[in-house]
Amino acid sequence: MKIKQNDDAYNKYVDAITPKHNSFINCANAFWIGGLICIIGQAIYDLSMNYFDCNKEDAASWTSTILVLLSVILTGFNVYKKIAKLGGAGALVPITGFANSVAAPTIEYQKEGEVFGKGVKVFTIAGPVILFGVFTSWVLGVIYWILKIAGIV
Amino acid sequence: MKQQAVGKQTVKFDNPPIILSHASVVGEMEGQGPLASYFDQIEPDPAFGKDSWEEGESEMVRRACQTAISKSGITKSDIRYIFGGDLLGQLIGTTFGLKDFDIPVFGLYGACSTCGESLSLAAMTVAAGYAANALAVTSSHYGSAEKQFRFPLEYGNQRPLSATWTVTGSGAFIVSSTNTEQPMNQYPHITSVTTGKIVDYGVRDNMNMGACMAPAAADVIYQCLTDLQMKPTQFDKIITGDLGKIGSEILIKLLLDNGYDIISQHMDCGVEIYDNDKQDTHSGGSGCGCSAVTLSGYILHQMKEHIWQRVLFVPTGALLSTVSFNEGQTIPGTAHALVIEQKKE
Repeated sequence: MKIKQNDDAYNKYVDAITPKHNSFINCANAFWIGGLICIIGQAIYDLSMNYFDCNKEDAASWTSTILVLLSVILTGFNVYKKIAKLGGAGALVPITGFANSVAAPTIEYQKEGEVFGKGVKVFTIAGPVILFGVFTSWVLGVIYWILKIAGIV
Repeated sequence: MKQQAVGKQTVKFDNPPIILSHASVVGEMEGQGPLASYFDQIEPDPAFGKDSWEEGESEMVRRACQTAISKSGITKSDIRYIFGGDLLGQLIGTTFGLKDFDIPVFGLYGACSTCGESLSLAAMTVAAGYAANALAVTSSHYGSAEKQFRFPLEYGNQRPLSATWTVTGSGAFIVSSTNTEQPMNQYPHITSVTTGKIVDYGVRDNMNMGACMAPAAADVIYQCLTDLQMKPTQFDKIITGDLGKIGSEILIKLLLDNGYDIISQHMDCGVEIYDNDKQDTHSGGSGCGCSAVTLSGYILHQMKEHIWQRVLFVPTGALLSTVSFNEGQTIPGTAHALVIEQKKE
């Protein structure tokens, strides 16, 4: 071609004409869907404390377990994807999003076998969350330990 | 032999090869789109009766080739070469779909432009006299492509508005030679092919493939028109593969900057294949199957009905892998242009 735009000008032009999701609507959807998941969690927690005589720790464990189970079932029926499409981070940040990110590759890679399919690929999406989550808690632990020795906490 | 290479990148055939027969096999989503009535087969099972997306894609390739052969009136043994490709690593969609045909194969990769690449090579091969008939086939599958390039299907995330939807479909074409005594004017002819370069404008967004490919499409269309000394108005349609809405807008602007106005001729297979508002496909369809099934189903139908006499068919491809993307490389594009003509009988 005779006239070729330089890369920067082209990227700026592309950016200008590419439509984006409306952030305000996205945030609003994330807020109510994320909130709804938390309300369900709170309801499970209260029910197990009030009706099943659980202590605080047991109630918390039941809450996570049931939410994870619900998310995995919804993932299997391809429903969680629709919730996440609407809710965005509101559906991805709670524990249900984590469960979805583990269940989805397990379903997808089932065909490639128990070890090299499910075994290897199960944490393709969740892996970084686990790695950096564990690492961050380790760093915080060291900081806490130092502060404790220094007598600050 | 007379020189058939014209200009910088174009081959204009003395005896243009014909598309003897063609077939399209698509999935359910494409079968619910506006072009549904033009396809040969619509398969509701996304795995095409097989166990995985990949095997399903191969089955789709096999059915497309089989249908094209049965519609052609020639037999499998009359076909000397197959030119085929898909989007999957090491071309497993094509390989396992073609392995039982017992025909020599050239495996091709040109991302979503492979339909243009395979048709160009098939046309050049038969026009040069290396074969009387050659088969060109390409495919893509939503499930296998998402799995390879993006996320597992059940994983929840938000797709940007510029993202495209990989078409589940395979198109097969039998390209046959002609001579001056038998020009075979009842069939559509591939009168010239312009092979595209790799064009990189430094775009890094893999969710905006249209923007990655539009410069390549503009480049090859510009070169084709220059080489053939033709004007956009001499075409009934100038049809790109899978630029989508955003890429199409960019293409029209880039060509306008270079003195060619294609706004009234331009059409994009990715925009046509889905009803974007109802099917929620964002910027449109994409994949090797997108341009292949649209050509086989819709475009060649319009030509056989003499609604269009001459079209410029330009499948477009974005050249990336998950490795090149994760390593921070840009996403170059490529495109190939074919002039397809249907003579009045």
